[in-house]
Amino acid sequence: MSVSIHPKVPFNENDVVQRLREGDEAAFTHLVETYHGPLIRFALLFVGDRSVAEEVVQDTWMAVLSGLDTFEGRSALKSWIFSILANRAKTRGVREKRTVAFSDLAPADPDGPAVDPDRFASSGGWLAPPTRWDHNTPESQLLHAETLAVAKQALEALPPNQRAVVTLRDVEGLEAAEVCNVLDVSETNQRVLLHRGRAKVRAALERHISKR
Amino acid sequence: MLTCRELTELVTNYLEGRLSLAERVKFEMHLAMCRHCRAYVQQMRETIQTLGKLPEERVSQEACTHLLDRFRNWKQQ
Repeated sequence: MSVSIHPKVPFNENDVVQRLREGDEAAFTHLVETYHGPLIRFALLFVGDRSVAEEVVQDTWMAVLSGLDTFEGRSALKSWIFSILANRAKTRGVREKRTVAFSDLAPADPDGPAVDPDRFASSGGWLAPPTRWDHNTPESQLLHAETLAVAKQALEALPPNQRAVVTLRDVEGLEAAEVCNVLDVSETNQRVLLHRGRAKVRAALERHISKR
Repeated sequence: MLTCRELTELVTNYLEGRLSLAERVKFEMHLAMCRHCRAYVQQMRETIQTLGKLPEERVSQEACTHLLDRFRNWKQQ
């Protein structure tokens, strides 16, 4: 277990896929260490508890291995693995009667505006404007454990659809088109969900930072 | 003219590069004149950066061992 490449640094995917096909254990371990945590986090959006999520992710890894020959490198390896998981987790979630209908949400959702309307005058200008965080918050503070915990909590409080999109886009760094593919949502819905979700996380961070 | 309130609803389309040229010009003209909205867009960017820095969950030793066993079985097939 001595592979220590930073999870967010992409490695050469063709190389890893080739090594997996050859049965290279280090390549497999590396992949597991990189993606297992994010996959669990993602699976928990669809299934009830941790042990089920662990099971679904373990099965996903086996599906990845048996599907290696069908991986054509047209999508990124990461989004391909997430797609496999999404399909399995959805099926499992349905069986547990915990369906998350990602495509159900119409663009004009009743979720409300990005910013509390009370912060604007009737003219549409700011009454209670936002202030730059870096004026009272050096960047290092924004990345402070406490601030990260606030962001994490806000993310977890989002409705599942928004949480799934924001997680894949902003936490995992997938492209918009990849997220549409993984979650089977339209480009427009992806963007609406992202917009709503990010706005709520921003509001939570703003509340936290202004308290200091 | 774009209002501040309207701008806050367009920010994702802006960051995603999904505004038309005309909309983008209006958006950026507003930003050039409004420091509050510049602050808002900056907060949005920082929110995205912060989300990208959330700590990863480590895979448990147990799960990793179990997966390696299954990998070895798969290899033998």
